[in-house]
Amino acid sequence: MSEQLIIALSKGRIFKETLPLLAHAGITPMDDPESSRKLILDTNHDDIKLIIVRASDVPTYVQYGGADLGVTGKDVLMEHGGEGVYEPLDLKIACCKLMVAGPKGQPEPNRRMRIATKFVNSTKRYYAEQGKQVDIIKLYGSMELAPLVGMADRIVDVVDTGNTLRANGLEPLEHMADISSRLIVNKASMKTKNSRIQALIKHFSEAVQRI
Amino acid sequence: MCASRNFRLIMTQQPMTDRWLLPEGVEGLLPKQAEYLEQLRRQLLDLFHSCGYELVMPPLIEYLDSLLVGTGHDLDLQTFKLIDQHTGRLMGLRADMTPQVARIDAHQLRRETPTRLCYMGSVLHTRAEQGNSRSPLQIGAELYGHAGAQSDVEVLCLMLDMISEVGLEGVSVDIGHVGIFRGLSQQAGLTDDQEQLLFDALQRKSKPEIGEYIASSSLDDDLSEMILALADLNGSVEVIERARVVLAKASDVVHRAIDNVATIAEQVMQRNPGSLLHFDLAELRGFNYHTGVVFAAYLPGCSQALAQGGRYDDIGKAFGRARPATGFSADLKQMVAQLDSNLHNVSAIFAPYGNDPALREAINDLRVQGERVIEALPGQQAGANEMACDRVLVKQKESWTVIEAENS
Repeated sequence: MSEQLIIALSKGRIFKETLPLLAHAGITPMDDPESSRKLILDTNHDDIKLIIVRASDVPTYVQYGGADLGVTGKDVLMEHGGEGVYEPLDLKIACCKLMVAGPKGQPEPNRRMRIATKFVNSTKRYYAEQGKQVDIIKLYGSMELAPLVGMADRIVDVVDTGNTLRANGLEPLEHMADISSRLIVNKASMKTKNSRIQALIKHFSEAVQRI
Repeated sequence: MCASRNFRLIMTQQPMTDRWLLPEGVEGLLPKQAEYLEQLRRQLLDLFHSCGYELVMPPLIEYLDSLLVGTGHDLDLQTFKLIDQHTGRLMGLRADMTPQVARIDAHQLRRETPTRLCYMGSVLHTRAEQGNSRSPLQIGAELYGHAGAQSDVEVLCLMLDMISEVGLEGVSVDIGHVGIFRGLSQQAGLTDDQEQLLFDALQRKSKPEIGEYIASSSLDDDLSEMILALADLNGSVEVIERARVVLAKASDVVHRAIDNVATIAEQVMQRNPGSLLHFDLAELRGFNYHTGVVFAAYLPGCSQALAQGGRYDDIGKAFGRARPATGFSADLKQMVAQLDSNLHNVSAIFAPYGNDPALREAINDLRVQGERVIEALPGQQAGANEMACDRVLVKQKESWTVIEAENS
């Protein structure tokens, strides 16, 4: 038997939108992560397994070699720093935007701005590039709340339709980056399992162009 | 009140109970591993010695200026710094021995002949990268004074010999050449900032970002295509031919680099026919100081390179004498961690306590023969088995004899 290939995915949107790409490469999972509690999913190939991890953990699993490949959002990758992984392919799935948002019509304050976000590193970099020093408040979710309760002046978050922002009286202010999911590869795997990984990248990129 | 045990989440002061804690990424080796490592250290230094590599022992600490010459920002961040109380100058604890060895060649030895040097010692890193040790035991070999592919082949093969001496199998070697990207970058007339951006994207093989960069720049079509193609130039030996085709319009620098990789690969295969070679022409590790071929050894299932090296001509310039240079280094601790130290079983003989001259003589004789003899202490309860001895020294018919220990 050839060596195992492990692909790290996160539940939900990324898993669902990666399925057609996997199918194009002839890979179908034997279980559905939504109904199964298994974290390692078998596929129709004995030597290919899928592992289900938290979205923000995908780069870490791939970096440390817990998985050979992974699918993760560019937002997560920017925050992680992308060290130790290759990101050869834009899968053009799970698209959204990383944005600065704030209460409607509220101008920037005259003091140092407070920004609530879970994207601490990206936010720091973004404002530093603009020459602005800001205070960052790290949150894990429901960022929209922070300006409403006076904890922050702005938030930085991924925005899909913008409905949650509007429902809470916020408006998108600055567009920081376009986000889509990337295929990432462990550096050592790329070197030791090159032909199999290259074949998979080729199938994926064909599928991306078709969709 | 919460009845469960309270965890202190922030350690302001280290309590008595945690005094055993070592800093992150800093570890010691316990008997079996330490002995295993020491045995390998001797074997490897003997191997280097037999190939004409002279051992040098650079200092653990020196002035920062000389420690960091020609190396770049990464090593600066990795270096612990302190102030010399005598001169007020900044000193650094070495994070890499290669620049020190280069200084020894350039400034202290000043030979005109090809010079082969090897070294082994602790280095310290300020940051643990990817769960690595912050106190690796660096071992390496460098060859100065020869600019041809032959010396690269020699050190690359020595690196492979080192790995097989350690007992690790199935290693594949990744070969690249910084001259390819450097040549394309010169041809495109990129500024340092632009080069850094592109370098960063190329290091991650991020074709989307390289594409974006090219779209926003004023590069001509040929160059754009070549730079984008670089991210895909990895795989088996066919990569070299593919590179010649897709980089056909590149400058001479690039073509010489491709030829250089081809020559090195061919000669390595002649010397080590079973080698697993992998090529990655966009591999830019150590781009700041490498000037030619770069290579690294990977073990399947291990996400870190086991050993790495390459050509770094002219690093000695800062010390007054530029010389061609090539070499490799590895972390001996990391290599030992890949081995099962339980396989390293040392046999030993358990001897009774006593000052009887015949017993002393028997013990000494055995030790001279290279045996490990452990003496019992008066009142000791533990026997041969507990003391990890497979044999015992016993008195039979007036003479001391070694017999198999009984299994308890």
